[in-house]
Amino acid sequence: MPSITGVAAVDEIPGPEGPGPLRGDRASTGQLGDRLFGGAARGAGLLVIALVTLIAVFLLSQALPALAKDKVNFLTSTQWNVDGTPLQFGIANLLWVTVLCSAIAMLIAVPLGVGVALFITQYAPTWLSWPAASLVDLLAAVPSIVYGLWGLQVLGPHMGGLQAILERLLGWFPLFSGAGIDASSTILTVALVLSIMVLPIVTALSREVFAQTPSSHKDAALALGATRWEMIRTAVLPFGKPGVISASMLGLGRALGETVAVMVILSALADGTAWSWSMFNGGETFASKIANNAAEFDSPQKAGAFMAAGLVLFLLTFVVNAIARIVIERQKAFIE
Amino acid sequence: MTVADVSADSNLNSMRQGGAASGLSHRSRARALRNELARVVMWTAFAIAMVPLVWILWSVVSKGGHMLLDSHWWTNSQRGITNRVVGGGAVHAIEGTIIEALMTALMAVPVGVMTAIYLVEYGRGRLAKAVSFMVDILTGIPSIVAALFIYALWVTTFGFQRVAFAVCLALMLLMIPVVVRSTEEMLKLVPNELREAAYALGVPKWTTIMRVVLPTAFSGIVTGVLLGLARIMGETAPLLILGPYTKDIATNLFGGLIPTLPTMINQDRTEVLQPAVDRVWGAAATLILLILVLNLAGRLIGRLGAPKT
Repeated sequence: MPSITGVAAVDEIPGPEGPGPLRGDRASTGQLGDRLFGGAARGAGLLVIALVTLIAVFLLSQALPALAKDKVNFLTSTQWNVDGTPLQFGIANLLWVTVLCSAIAMLIAVPLGVGVALFITQYAPTWLSWPAASLVDLLAAVPSIVYGLWGLQVLGPHMGGLQAILERLLGWFPLFSGAGIDASSTILTVALVLSIMVLPIVTALSREVFAQTPSSHKDAALALGATRWEMIRTAVLPFGKPGVISASMLGLGRALGETVAVMVILSALADGTAWSWSMFNGGETFASKIANNAAEFDSPQKAGAFMAAGLVLFLLTFVVNAIARIVIERQKAFIE
Repeated sequence: MTVADVSADSNLNSMRQGGAASGLSHRSRARALRNELARVVMWTAFAIAMVPLVWILWSVVSKGGHMLLDSHWWTNSQRGITNRVVGGGAVHAIEGTIIEALMTALMAVPVGVMTAIYLVEYGRGRLAKAVSFMVDILTGIPSIVAALFIYALWVTTFGFQRVAFAVCLALMLLMIPVVVRSTEEMLKLVPNELREAAYALGVPKWTTIMRVVLPTAFSGIVTGVLLGLARIMGETAPLLILGPYTKDIATNLFGGLIPTLPTMINQDRTEVLQPAVDRVWGAAATLILLILVLNLAGRLIGRLGAPKT
């Protein structure tokens, strides 16, 4: 079944019957048709490489002029003033809100996703396992604007109680201090919605890896008298650990880059609002900042500032996704 | 030897004998308890995961479902309809969503399928590794970044207007990796014997791929395309940057703006007047319905038509 994450954990593992398909051009006859078709296939592959490279190059080329004119430190400033002549913009705020939202979301989604994946692969009766997996995957099919709408208007009004409890118990800690923002549009609400959005991604890949645990490992554990849970702890989880890590990374990449749900839910703060560490605050992530100001890309300079924010987001997700990929590759090497 | 010792000894003996009867499956209560606890935790995790799904679907259906029952919804646009007035439909947005999705598929499917063919049938060595890596990176690119890139290319560099085709270009970037990955998986499932049989008959490699491999994997490719369509139809970020909303029916990809369901939702999402709120949720229900149908169709085709290995 095609996975919704797009990254397959199962591919390239040779089956017991022998090596994979005849690869490379060994089977090519060297006829014109063969050369054209092979060339087209290779061209498509090159196009994909070119596209990713172009994305980086274009963002960089548009961001650099604006960055050069930036009068404050791009990384540490909290200002965002791209209208005036002394161009002043920094990403400290955006980075903090983006990271905080994603971190809370992952704290919720990873344990839950692993639990669901274990349920689907180890606990669910056979008849339930495919429908259960499909139902969780359906969460990925809900459009992000609907998540936003639901998060703000349906989930949001229920957040006040949770926020009040957390504030009373942990309010002495800056992360939980009150910030005077409506409870339905805080970072915490966004994080909850994001955790729902990344849950299917974490689940899908973890599930694939868990299902791949060699039955010899599982049988060995059971034969030694392990209970089902002990079998999972000693055979399934160690085997699936790299898969879970890369699943979490993919989920994190999604959470960092989520735009519209964040834009709809999170209330943007006025320029010059005092810095706060609180998760009950509003704010903007990289993505929502860009989306909120989409209508204002009138001058190259202004657009450049947003391109710079987009570039940072691109780099963040690039690194996170690359880590996911590398972890998976190592797992494959281990299996082979 | 004390009485206690004797009883301990006999206990040991009985355990040895009983051990043979109960076999290796003897479990302490603590272990059994932990095992039960784990089972309960996993079932609960699944139940918790179902809560938001049911809740979201319920909210959308209860708030917007009734709009879909009105036949005007499927035949009228929002032309000349203000937020205070009940009425109008979403046909302009539905049409726009479908047109953009089809245009995107037209560009993304050939590239995606050919890339997958390259990866499975041709690719070896470092280039194939690089392509595969880039597909993963493309999978993870946030839609807003894809939109910014197209903006930088289309508007800033080429100096064109924001048109629906630019949206399609951005959506193409998001659709390609979905098509590549699902096609790739299906091509790998095609038994090697089929290829070898064709080669043994002297059939050139490209004819083998076109006539043997692709038809065998066809249903899987359709699945990938449908899932890709489902993904891009719900995307909103590229539309915000490249394709603002309009209330009229518009179908020209290269001039003017095309309304879509996500932008229709976005347009009125802060409204408090009931007719507008109803339309927002109606559009959300329509969008989810569209995507769910595509998604389920894709999954069913993929499950029923996968090549037998």
